[in-house]
Amino acid sequence: MTDLKKKYQKILGSVQKPVIGEAGQTGTWSSKKPIIDLKKCIPVKSGKPSCFNCWLYCPEAVVSRTIPPQIDFNYCKGCGICMEECPVKAISMEEVKKE
Amino acid sequence: MVNVMDIPEEEYIFPGTRACAGCAMALIYRIALKALGPNTIVTVPASCLTVLHGMQGFCTTKISVYHTPFATTAASASGILASLEDKGLADEITVLAFAGDGGTVDIGIQALSGAAERDTNFIYACYDNEAYMNTGVQRSGSTPLGVQTTTTPEGKSVHKKNMPKILEAHGIPYVATANAAYPLDLYEKFKRAKDIKGPKYIHILSPCPPGWGYNPKDTMLIGRLANETGFWPLYEVLDGKFELSNSSKRYLDSSKRKPITDYLKAQKRFKSIDEKIAKTYEKYIDNTWKEIKSRLESR
Repeated sequence: MTDLKKKYQKILGSVQKPVIGEAGQTGTWSSKKPIIDLKKCIPVKSGKPSCFNCWLYCPEAVVSRTIPPQIDFNYCKGCGICMEECPVKAISMEEVKKE
Repeated sequence: MVNVMDIPEEEYIFPGTRACAGCAMALIYRIALKALGPNTIVTVPASCLTVLHGMQGFCTTKISVYHTPFATTAASASGILASLEDKGLADEITVLAFAGDGGTVDIGIQALSGAAERDTNFIYACYDNEAYMNTGVQRSGSTPLGVQTTTTPEGKSVHKKNMPKILEAHGIPYVATANAAYPLDLYEKFKRAKDIKGPKYIHILSPCPPGWGYNPKDTMLIGRLANETGFWPLYEVLDGKFELSNSSKRYLDSSKRKPITDYLKAQKRFKSIDEKIAKTYEKYIDNTWKEIKSRLESR
């Protein structure tokens, strides 16, 4: 009885652990992924930290604020907001096959 | 005006949440937490945000989150603040109540009104996706005229409730409207609210791809259209002083506004409306801006 109680307490305990990918690999929700054309990308071209609209508008926080911006395909849901918000249209949504 | 580089790089929500692709609420939450920093306690009623936080045992945020029943969001914020005051931490920690439109406009309004009257030092943010999206698109008090939901299959027959104005009537120090499509403006507003003592209310329009019926990639375009057509003006009321936000200033001139049909036609939820309702909308927007004009002039 006490064992069972402890087990339930463990499951129903109020301590929640913060984790990456709580809903699993959300990258599998869509096969289309944003590909950045580095020849057009503003921070890559100018070499200075600027623009970063893709980082700012990403609801999933999978784009990094680095030069060049990196996108984590494991968790990118492929919504395409970054493609729409890129001022120089450097991002296109392309079919990415998972190895 | 803040720049992209002024926004802290640290993320407080981890990727891989349960939010839909293209969810504006996830972006609002992400930006809000960046503005408020790690010393924040969030209290959340049943809403899409509960879904984002995930299942029992795991959490998607680095900060403390308290899940509360629907009607008690603001009351729980008062409770959290009372305990923080007791421990002498009230000055270091920001309490943020983050609810959807149903939890604010319909179910949570009495608790919110009470907390505003008690002068609780907290921020109440309402992300307004204009229906109960979490349970499958039912009409809320915040649903606009003519919108098809599962409970109004022929379109809603009345306009949405003007919640920011109700909160203004409480005489609280800070009331603002914001829009997910203007994250820098949103960041500034949260940052400003953090430094003000007393109850603060921010009402944020949050486009919802499955509920509003548009392609997820257009979330920001739809949000921007709401501002550009004059449907959702962005403003702040600081200690009773009315101020239009920069991104809405140019739409004071009615000729600069885009036709409201642009906004209505871009979304499937408005598909049942006829010309008469479109005309009603034009009148509604004209009245909204007339009022803004008179408020700006009477300052």
